[in-house]
Order: sequence, then C-alpha cells, then structure tokens
Amino acid sequence: MDKPIIEVQGLSKLYTLGSIGATSLRESAEMIWSKILRRPRLNGTPLTARFAPEQVGPVPHSFWALRDVNFVVQPGEVIGLIGQNGAGKSTLLKILSRITEPTKGRAILRGRVASLLEVGTGFHPELSGRDNIYLNGAILGMKHAEITRKFDEIVAFAEVEDFIDTPVKRYSSGMHLRLAFAVAAHLEPEILLVDEVLAVGDATFQKKCLGKMGDVARQGRTVLVVSHNMASILSLCQRAVMLKFGTVERMGPVQEIVHAYLEGSKPEEVVALSDRHDREGDGSIRYESIAIENAAGGSIIRTGSRCKVTIRYKSDKPVRHTRFLLTIYDLTHVSMFQLDSEATGGLPDTLPPEGTVICETDGLGITPGRCYINLELIRGHQLADRIAYAAYFDVEVDDFYGTGKLPKREWTMTVLRHRWMSGCEAGVE
Amino acid sequence: MKAEEIAAAGSVTLAAHETIIQPNQSWLRVDWALLWEYRDLLALLVHREFASKYKQTILGPAWFILQPLMTSLVMTIFFGRVAKISTDGVPAVLFYLCNQLSWNYLQQNLSTGGAIFMNNASLFGKVYFPRLVVPISVVLSNLFACVLQMISFLLIYWGFVTMVPGTGLHLSPAALLLPLLFLMTGALSLGVCLWMSALTAKYRDLNQVLQLFVQLWMFASPVIYPLSKYPVRFRWVAEINPMTAILEAFRLCLFGVGTLTVESMAMSIGGTVFLLLTGMLIFQRTERTFIDTV
Repeated sequence: MDKPIIEVQGLSKLYTLGSIGATSLRESAEMIWSKILRRPRLNGTPLTARFAPEQVGPVPHSFWALRDVNFVVQPGEVIGLIGQNGAGKSTLLKILSRITEPTKGRAILRGRVASLLEVGTGFHPELSGRDNIYLNGAILGMKHAEITRKFDEIVAFAEVEDFIDTPVKRYSSGMHLRLAFAVAAHLEPEILLVDEVLAVGDATFQKKCLGKMGDVARQGRTVLVVSHNMASILSLCQRAVMLKFGTVERMGPVQEIVHAYLEGSKPEEVVALSDRHDREGDGSIRYESIAIENAAGGSIIRTGSRCKVTIRYKSDKPVRHTRFLLTIYDLTHVSMFQLDSEATGGLPDTLPPEGTVICETDGLGITPGRCYINLELIRGHQLADRIAYAAYFDVEVDDFYGTGKLPKREWTMTVLRHRWMSGCEAGVE
Repeated sequence: MKAEEIAAAGSVTLAAHETIIQPNQSWLRVDWALLWEYRDLLALLVHREFASKYKQTILGPAWFILQPLMTSLVMTIFFGRVAKISTDGVPAVLFYLCNQLSWNYLQQNLSTGGAIFMNNASLFGKVYFPRLVVPISVVLSNLFACVLQMISFLLIYWGFVTMVPGTGLHLSPAALLLPLLFLMTGALSLGVCLWMSALTAKYRDLNQVLQLFVQLWMFASPVIYPLSKYPVRFRWVAEINPMTAILEAFRLCLFGVGTLTVESMAMSIGGTVFLLLTGMLIFQRTERTFIDTV
C-alpha cells in the first residue's frame, strides 16, 4: 500500500486576537525597556510569559483556530472540507498551502502542491491577458514551457481569444474571472487545494468550473475542496471531513458527512446523563441517556414531525411497575406536553435492570423554537429519579398547514390541525 | 508487473516532492532548490516590474536615463557651483553622474523593495511561493535601468573627454571591474530591502520613515562630496557605511581618483554579507507568520 499523500498530525493553530501583529514601535520599545529594567509590565503580565516560546496555551486574547486536527488522505482521493464559518476550514487550507505556519503538530504532503485560495491572485492590471497568463501560471507554480504548451487550451477555456493582447484592466469582471479560473484549472499538481472558487461567476460558468474540477479529480489527482455548496461537494468528493470549532468532528463517506452537517444545527444527538448529579429521587433507577430524533431517524424536529425519544436507564434489579414521565417545557417553564408511560400503557410490567425504552409520538404540534425536557421516573408512589432540563431540542419551521404560514412561538406554543369553511358550504344556511 | 512498475515510479516522484509543514523550523533554511524551481516566476516578475513602470508613460524607458541625469544637473548647480563642494578634481557633472550610477540603483531598490510584505499582502495571503523571489526580482529588474544609465554615462563621459581638452581623463581597464561593483550594490540593497521589508511588516510606522532613512543615508555616503573631504582621523566613521567604499571604488575605476583602502573595501564586503545573511534570516522569520497579522 502506498503511503498517504497527505498526513495531518495533531495540527493546531493559535491566533492571537487584537494587536500582537500590529505592534507599534512604541510598544516594542516599551517591552524592551521594561525587559532591561526587569520590571513587569503595567498590566501585570510578566514579560517572560509573553516571550516564552513554549507557551502556546490559552494566552489571553487568543483562540485555537485549529486544535489537534488529524487525518490522512490517500492518493487520488477527492476530499471535501465542510463546516460552519469559523470552523477552521480556511485556516487548515492556509497551513497546508504554506501560507502560514501551524502552532503545533505537522503535516506531510507527498507531492507537488498547488493551492487555489482565490481566483485571479497576482493579475497585473497593466499587463496583457497573455502576459498575465504566464505570470499567474508562474505564481501558481507552473513552468514557462508548461504554460506555453497549454496556452491555447487556457485561452479557449476562458473564451477571451479576441482580447488576449489587451491589458487585463480593460476586461469585464466576468472575463477576468474566466481567465483566472482557466489558468488555475490547467495546473497539474499532484495535490490541489481549492477554497470556495466555485462561489463566483454566473451559473453557466460555475457549471463549467465544476466540470473541469471533476476532470481533474478523474485524472487521479488528490483534491481537497472547501465549500459551503453541498451540491458541489456531493458531486465532486468521495469523502468529507467535517470541522467544528477547529477540530475534526466527523470524517467519512461524503453522503454521510454532508447529511450529518446539514442536520448539524442540533447540539447533540445523544445526551449522556451520567454526569448529571443534580438529581432528585431515591436513585433506585437512574436515567443514563436520552436521544430525540424524528421518526425517520434524523435529528431535525419540525413542527408536526413525528418524534422518537430513546431513553437508556439503569438499575440494580429488574424494574417493575415503573412510570417514565417526560415533560416538554418551553423557555418560560410552561409545560406543553407530557409523555407518560402510565397514562398510555404499553410498557411491560417488568423491564430488565438495564435497557432502553422508546417513546414515539404523533406529529408534534409545537411552534418553532427551543424546548426543554424534564425527566422523571416514578416507581409505585416513590420518585426514583428526576432531572430538570435533561435535554433540549429546537423545533424548526415546517409547512404544517400546507399554506406556508405558521404562528410564532410568542403567539402560541402549540398548533393544531383544523379546518375552516363558510356556513353555505357546511349546509347550515 | 507493469502496474507495479508504474506504482513504483509514482511513489518515487512523490517522495521527491515530500513537504513537511511544522512550526518553528530552523531560522536560516533557504530552500534553494525550490527557489530554483520558481526561476520562471522570477523572470516574469522582473519583466512585470520593468514593464509596468513605463507602461502608459510618454517617454517610457527614457525616464531611467533622464531621472538620474536631472538629479546630477541639480547637484552640479547647487553643490558644485553654489556651495562649491570639492569633487576631487573631477568635472562636477561627471562626478555626480558617476555617484548616481550606484546610488540611484540602491535608491530604486529600496523604494520598490523596502516594504515587500506590506505591498504584496493580498498576494501572499492567497498563494505560496518562495517569498525571496520578490525582493530578488526587484533588485534584478532595477539592474536594467542601471545598464541604460551606464550606457548614457559612458556616452557623456566620452563626449567630455573628446570635446573638453585638458581634463586628463581617460577610461582605464579598471572600468571592467564595474560589474562587480554593481553586484555589490545589488547585494547590499537586497540585504537592506530584506531588513526593511521585515521591519515594515512588523512596524507599520517605519514605512513613513523609509524615505527619510534613504535620504539620510545619502548624506552619510560620499554622494555629494568625496571621502577625501573627511578628516583622516574620522574616515573610519564614514567607512562603517558599506556604500562609502562602493562609491569611492566607482570613481576610482572611472576617473582614477578616490579614497579607497583595502581595509575599507573589506569592511564594505563584510558589511554587505552580514546584512544579506541577517536580512534573509529575519525575512524568513517574518515570512512564516506574517499573514496572521495582516
């Protein structure tokens, strides 16, 4: 088996917020001065702390844009990097393309790397399209001969044949863009790093770019793409890495990861409760975890969604005559619904000492907004366990009435299917 | 078998391009091989630098000759005629023109290459290539102007010698050493450019001081006066400045007059090498994380 073409090991990047880069001379002079006098700075931070090279920890006004990121990419794979804004995607690409340095960890790239973080970087407005193709190609790492060989192809792709000797400053923005992408698209690196380039241009051109990227991928080159456009990620990539707050949240087949990402507005899928110590009850039976999902198994709950709540519980001995009681509250602690195993029946009288119970609901008529769940376990007449605010979930908008209209949470907490008709229709008059 | 061969060949080329990215790599680690790989970019940047400078100007490259010529004329009038500063017996116009050869080169280099990081921030933030390519391209592209200026100087020099009798001037074989002196000027200005670029990236204030610094440096160098006007006791002070020996050497090669000792030349070479090496060091240091601070 070949070695992986990209190996990322414990890569971390610490950014300092505010003024560390834009130091003024005065600030530096002050630092040197106080260093000479061996005097702590006015704000109390000893200088040694500011200069100590090994300190990469939580310095004030800093944050980890990337934290201990690990993954490997095999030759020929096309990987999508997804995540919300600020998840660290661009920082990761910047480090891999050597624009900036990591704070910790390392990355090994086994191949010629070209990065395309922005279309048209290095275009010089005064020079002609021809000169700029050569200049831009060279900036991106192409050899002169290589560009000459592909020159006609580039010009044809960009559709600027008639203007090739015109200074680029006279180009329309569309031509500028087409030319820039054309140059970049004809790079032949072993590893291509691409950031959001597809977000530009008109629809036809975007399609053309996407097609070209697909070609590149099919030629067996390794591509790492950052995009917010899930459709292009799905069509280009086989695998995806999902970043969240600077760490790798998930990694795997693209379908699965994109699905997870789209559902990702939900805080946690399964809420572990074993760390909750603020419980009431005698503790003879305890809640272990709770998971709320829609009936299809997705984590998005919409107004009218049928829900499935999965609860794990634990006890020392078999559980008899026990009532599971879930109360759904809104923010103001007003109860909206109770899911009560005793009222509905259905659970066997005796349950194993450790196991799962599942509660399925009909369409949950709750207006969009956040809901909290309180959990109670009652054995006989004795409270066994109670956890307030055990979990929460967000109800998303759905076309509950089929009219695209839905009341807001401020107006009402619940919705109910109902019908209106005029008196004549109903045959009253 | 064949597939294996192909795979083997593939892994060989891959291994050849292995890049390891990690923090705090050693200070002076110039990747000469990579720099060489980007020689085409260097050539294109030189071309861009040169071409974009005179695009859409009426006189075009003639400016490269006119500008130092006019400076020399002004100097001849004010420093030569009005202030009557000695020119070591060389006709004032030639004296100032000769000084402009190296000084103008240095000045051009510093004004275009003194803030590499700041001027290229958007480019550097988007694509990686060895950053050293940019200052080197600045120094090389200004060399073209130097050649033009040198040719015009030689024409004027020749005109002077043939038309004005009794100057006693003639071009000696020593003039063949001039390329070496240009090389030294280039190396020195590259070193200073690297320093200035790194410093202006960190301290934006310095960008304002850059022009002033160049001007002060000119007065500290024997550009408008010869070193021989310095009292012998204090000459060593002037000779700390690496430009001093270069300027004197230029005049020595062209006119046969100049105050140059082996020690001062050695000091100049040493200073140039020192500035160049430390400049590379600090330039690279800045290169690695500069973009985080933009």
